[in-house]
Amino acid sequence: MKKYFKTIYYIFEKDIMLEMKSKEVINSMLIFSLLTVIVFSFIFEPGAEYKIDLVGGILWMAIVFAGILGLNKSMMSEINGGNLNALLLAPVDKSAIFFGKVLSNFTFLIFMEFVTIPIFTVFYNVNIFKYTLLSISVFILGTYGFSVLGTLFSIISVKSRTREVMLPILLLPLMIPVILAAIQSINIFIKGDEISDAFRWIKLIVSFDLVFTFVVYAIFDYIVEE
Amino acid sequence: MKIEKLIDYIAFVLIIIALYFAFIFAPVEKVMGVVQKIFYFHVASAWIAFFAFFVTFICSIFLLATNKYIFDDIASSSAEIGIVFCSIVLITGPIWAKPIWGTWWTWDPRLTTTLILWFIYVGYLMLRKFLDEDDKKAKFSAAVGIIGFIDVPIVFLSIRWWRTIHPNVLQKGGGGLHPDMLTSLIVSVIAFTFLYLMLMNKNLKIKNLERNIFTVENK
Repeated sequence: MKKYFKTIYYIFEKDIMLEMKSKEVINSMLIFSLLTVIVFSFIFEPGAEYKIDLVGGILWMAIVFAGILGLNKSMMSEINGGNLNALLLAPVDKSAIFFGKVLSNFTFLIFMEFVTIPIFTVFYNVNIFKYTLLSISVFILGTYGFSVLGTLFSIISVKSRTREVMLPILLLPLMIPVILAAIQSINIFIKGDEISDAFRWIKLIVSFDLVFTFVVYAIFDYIVEE
Repeated sequence: MKIEKLIDYIAFVLIIIALYFAFIFAPVEKVMGVVQKIFYFHVASAWIAFFAFFVTFICSIFLLATNKYIFDDIASSSAEIGIVFCSIVLITGPIWAKPIWGTWWTWDPRLTTTLILWFIYVGYLMLRKFLDEDDKKAKFSAAVGIIGFIDVPIVFLSIRWWRTIHPNVLQKGGGGLHPDMLTSLIVSVIAFTFLYLMLMNKNLKIKNLERNIFTVENK
C-alpha cells in the first residue's frame, strides 16, 4: 500500500519537475482558457441582464476545452521517446502509474483554474464564491472526475492514428454528467438560488468520481498489458 | 451452419408478420392517426439498440478477462448493429414527434440520453477505425465499451434532474395501450430480435474472414 502511494508520488514529482522546466502544458492551457472566456463574451450585448444565467456555462466550457488541450499535450510528452511504454514495464502497479498521471493532470488543471477564475470574475463581474467551500469543492470534484476519464482516454487516443482528435470525441459525451452538474451548481451559487439543489449536484459529481475511479482502477491493468 | 440459415429464414418471415401486425392488425390510433404506426418500429429499434450496447458491454468485460478475440468480434459487431438501430430511433422519433408534439426535438431525458448514447458508440467505432494494432484495438475499445455503458445511467439521471429544474413543457400523452397494439409491439420486438441475431451472424462471419485474410497477408 505504501509502495503504491510512493509510485503515485514519484510519477507526480516527475511530471511537476518536467512542467516547471518546460511550462508547456500550463501555459498553453492558461492562454487557451482565458481566450475562451474572452471570445465567449461576444455573445452578449454589453451589460445584458441575462448574462448571469449563462456565465457558469462559459467558465466550465473554458475549463473543459483548455483541459482537453492540456491532457493531449501532457500525454504527448509521455509518448515521445516511448516513455509511457517504459514506465509501464517498470515492476510497479500499473494503475499507480495511471493515478500518478491523474494527479499531475489534476494539479495542472487546478492551477489553470486558479488563474482563470479570478480573471473570469473580473471580466464578467459575477461572484461565484458566495458559498466559498461549496464552490471550491465543485471545482475540485469536477476537475478530478475530468482528470480520471481524461487521462485514461488521452492514453487511448494518443495511440490512435488521429491522435488529438480522438480525445474530445471520446471524452465529451462521457463527461456530460459532470459538466452539467458543475454548471448547474455554479449557476445556483451565482444567482443565490436554493442551496439544497446544489448539494444534489455535488452528490452526483461525487458518485461519478467514485464510480469511475473504481472502474478505471479495476480495468487499467488489463487494458495496458501487452 | 444450419442454425444460421434457420435464423435468416425466421427473421425474414417474422419481419413480414410484424409488418402485417403493425399496419393491418393493430387499430389506428384515434388521436394520432396513422403516424402512430411508427411506434412499433421505433420502440423495437430502441430495444435492439440498448440490448446491442449491453452485449458490447458484457463482451468487453469478457475480452479483458479472457483475452479471446472472439469477444472483441462480438462486442464490435454488436456496437455496429447498435449504432444502426440507435440511428433509426433518432430518425423515427422526430418524424413522430413533429405532428404529435409540434416539435422535432425536445431535451427530454430519454431523447437526450439516446442522443448521447449514439455519440458514445460513434466514438467507440471511430476509435476502432483509427487503431492499427489488433491487441490495442481490442483492449482500448473494450475500455470505452465498459465505461460508456456504465456512464449511460448517470447521464440519464443528470439530465432528468436538469429537466425537472426547468419545467417540462411537453409531456408524453396517453398511457394505456390497446391490447392489439401491445400484441403488435411484442411481435415487432421479437422480429427485430431475430433481425439482430441474423445481422450478428453475418457480421461475425465477416470479422472472421477479415482475420483470416489478415493472417494470410502477413505470412
